[in-house]
Amino acid sequence: MFDALSDRLQATLGVLGRAKRLDEDAVNKAMREIRLALLEADVNFQVVRDFVAGVKAEALGDDILKGLNAGQQVVKLVHDRLTELMGAGDSQLAFGRSPTVILMAGLQGSGKTTTSAKLALHLRREGKQAGLVAADLQRPAAIDQLEQLGKQISIPVYRTDTQDPVQAAVQGVARAKEDGLDVVIVDTAGRLNVDEALMDELARIRDAVKPLNILLVLDAMTGQEAVNVAEAFQAHVAFDGVVLTKLDGDARGGAALSVKAITGKPIKFASVGEKLDQLEVFHPDRMASRILGMGDVLTLIEKAEAAVADDDQEEMERRMRAGEFTFDDFLKSYRMLRKMGPVKGILKLLPGVGQQLDGVDIDEAQMARVEAIVLSMTPLERRSPSIINGPRRRRIAAGSGTSIDEVNRLLAARKQMQKMMKQFGKGTMPMLPPELTGGKPRR
Amino acid sequence: MSRTWAELFGDEPTVADEQEKTGFFGRLRDSLAKSRRALTAELAAGTFDTGDEEAWERLEEALIHGDVGVQATAEIVRRLEARGEVADLGDALAEEIELLFGAAPTFDLTPKPTVILVVGVNGTGKTTTVGKLAQKFREHGRSVLVGAGDTFRAAAEEQLEIWAERAGADFIGAPAGGDPAAVAFDAVEAGKARGRDVVIVDTAGRLHTQSHLMDELAKVRRVIEGRIDGAPHETLLVVDATTGQNGLQQARLFGEAVGLTGVALTKLDGSAKGGIAVAIAYELGLPVKLVGVGEGLDDLRPFDPREFARALVSG
Ligand SMILES: Nc1nc2c(ncn2[C@@H]2O[C@H](COP(=O)(O)OP(=O)(O)O)[C@@H](O)[C@H]2O)c(=O)[nH]1
Ligand SMILES: Nc1nc2c(ncn2[C@@H]2O[C@H](COP(=O)(O)OP(=O)(O)O)[C@@H](O)[C@H]2O)c(=O)[nH]1
Ligand SMILES: [Mg+2]
Ligand SMILES: [Mg+2]
Repeated sequence: MFDALSDRLQATLGVLGRAKRLDEDAVNKAMREIRLALLEADVNFQVVRDFVAGVKAEALGDDILKGLNAGQQVVKLVHDRLTELMGAGDSQLAFGRSPTVILMAGLQGSGKTTTSAKLALHLRREGKQAGLVAADLQRPAAIDQLEQLGKQISIPVYRTDTQDPVQAAVQGVARAKEDGLDVVIVDTAGRLNVDEALMDELARIRDAVKPLNILLVLDAMTGQEAVNVAEAFQAHVAFDGVVLTKLDGDARGGAALSVKAITGKPIKFASVGEKLDQLEVFHPDRMASRILGMGDVLTLIEKAEAAVADDDQEEMERRMRAGEFTFDDFLKSYRMLRKMGPVKGILKLLPGVGQQLDGVDIDEAQMARVEAIVLSMTPLERRSPSIINGPRRRRIAAGSGTSIDEVNRLLAARKQMQKMMKQFGKGTMPMLPPELTGGKPRR
Repeated sequence: MSRTWAELFGDEPTVADEQEKTGFFGRLRDSLAKSRRALTAELAAGTFDTGDEEAWERLEEALIHGDVGVQATAEIVRRLEARGEVADLGDALAEEIELLFGAAPTFDLTPKPTVILVVGVNGTGKTTTVGKLAQKFREHGRSVLVGAGDTFRAAAEEQLEIWAERAGADFIGAPAGGDPAAVAFDAVEAGKARGRDVVIVDTAGRLHTQSHLMDELAKVRRVIEGRIDGAPHETLLVVDATTGQNGLQQARLFGEAVGLTGVALTKLDGSAKGGIAVAIAYELGLPVKLVGVGEGLDDLRPFDPREFARALVSG
């Protein structure tokens, strides 16, 4: 078996010492390991090739951050690009005139039926009236399966006696409409991407029920084949997004990258178990770490960020005084703070801050959510928070697994902080806004 | 020209450098887009040129594309290169893959009843394979009883019951949420009492990382062991041909939990090549015994290493 990616990079690149810039030699060596790591993670061969070529071009001549070696620098760059690539696109479902139709599609056994039920439960929890339509007439007892799942969560399941899945879908959706539901999820039979007849049938179901959302359900354990699957489903029904299933296992999940790279379609949900509440929003950064080999990479990135923080401290101070306080600055200072230990303990040591904290409860978990929100912003949004409009807020909330409310609070807090930084520049100690510490002033 | 991966993965950058020029990595980077079609043509025409670097490159690429994985691909290519002459690539590859998979698989049906335990991760095709296998046994004059050991997934029992009916097999069910070990017990006892030739026990899909579910499976096995000496006579891991490198971990951990005798590779009717089975055979010495090629009653075949090898690198 392969060692962890970072160990391998260490072995390959350790001898290079502390170069200041990424030269061709270092980049080539690092990329070789990355290429293998991606292949081991089941990223499609061609996708690996294109992705690595792109990152390589970008890496050449890059400055090596203080505290990192060349290999780590490359991993950081790769991780950033992976996160960016996989996070692109709208992770929200679309809603329109009731009932909004969601069509589920995918290979046999990928998790369509289970995910249909999970989605219904998820939507009901968001206050929508949801229903399920049984249109898998192929697999033995598939309708029973959906009915039993619907029963478990008290969601209506529409079944018909027809032998035609198109009719089953049409009639089910019509009845959901009569019943005044907000959203209806059509579960379909599994089909192979090479099965032209069944792929056509799926297109006919689509034409008949006009879904606002077509979701491709993809098993996280899928190998190289993910590309063919994605291409075929894209060509036949132009799906809107992906649900990645069985992420509770130990598959590295490179198929997610393959599908994203090939189709550009966003990954909207992650399914993490057989139980019906085990559906989550998708976290691109976690997925990037997972594909690259998990935790060790994260540690690397943290190191990198710490080094950036050191290097940039001066610059940051300048910017603070000038009153430019972007979310990038926020993230850097915030991480520096967290690295030093439990936040409250540190803050207490600061002159003038200790007393302020007396009435404040600092919740570390809350701080992690704040970090997640910032990480779900695009680089541009972090730099220019003013562009973060409604749709962007929704996307950020979904991407970070938080609510729009929380995002709004953080945006307000940054503004407040920026003001305070200006004051700080004038020599007065700012009051920490409670939104940033998760604390509620106990007054 | 050497393709030893041990060297390539070593810590000596100079060695790695050398390898990079001629080895797999270099090929990965430079390989040609239409290479697989070219390889198919070479296969058909029997014109694989061992002196042609690009031909090797095409072969490696095809194997990686087929989910054989980096390690097993390197090993196969190393073995082919060691042959010197490769008159017909398809034949040579088939021979190597046959060597990896070992002697042609057989089912020993002398025990009465022969007990077969079917395991695997979620959605791979266990229940379907149980149904199709029951049909094959029936076609070949054996009486069969199937036990619905998946008491977890909604309607799993109903699904198997339909298959049992189609195949003309006896069916032993269980209440939802029941104990799968109890189902296995009932199935084996009923098989013995009714004098059936074969008993096939289906189980719920589970990820190999879920240790409590793996313990549950081990208990199912122990119960079967306790009823008949030497049973289960076969423990088949059902692997979906679209599975990537995770399949190796599946085989490893299911093997540790219940001991495997073979693999059933399903969904080979798609465009997936099922190369992970090669990696499994290479790493664990576990043979493929059955291949699933569709959702119908007849869509099951005995594994044929030659056919498999050719399909693996073509198209
Ligand atoms: N561990 C795990 N199992 C899942 C997940 N999603 C679905 N499954 C299981 O995968 C199998 C196939 O799921 P199903 O919904 O029937 O797939 P379909 O054939 O695409 O409709 C079932 O055993 C499910 O319980 C998941 O996220 N994690
Ligand atoms: N195309 C194709 N589909 C298959 C094959 N084997 C199983 N399936 C389908 O895969 C899905 C899951 O099969 P099932 O037996 O329920 O899987 P289990 O969860 O492992 O028991 C069903 O839709 C089956 O019809 C096969 O060889 N080819
Ligand atoms: Mg289904
Ligand atoms: Mg089953």
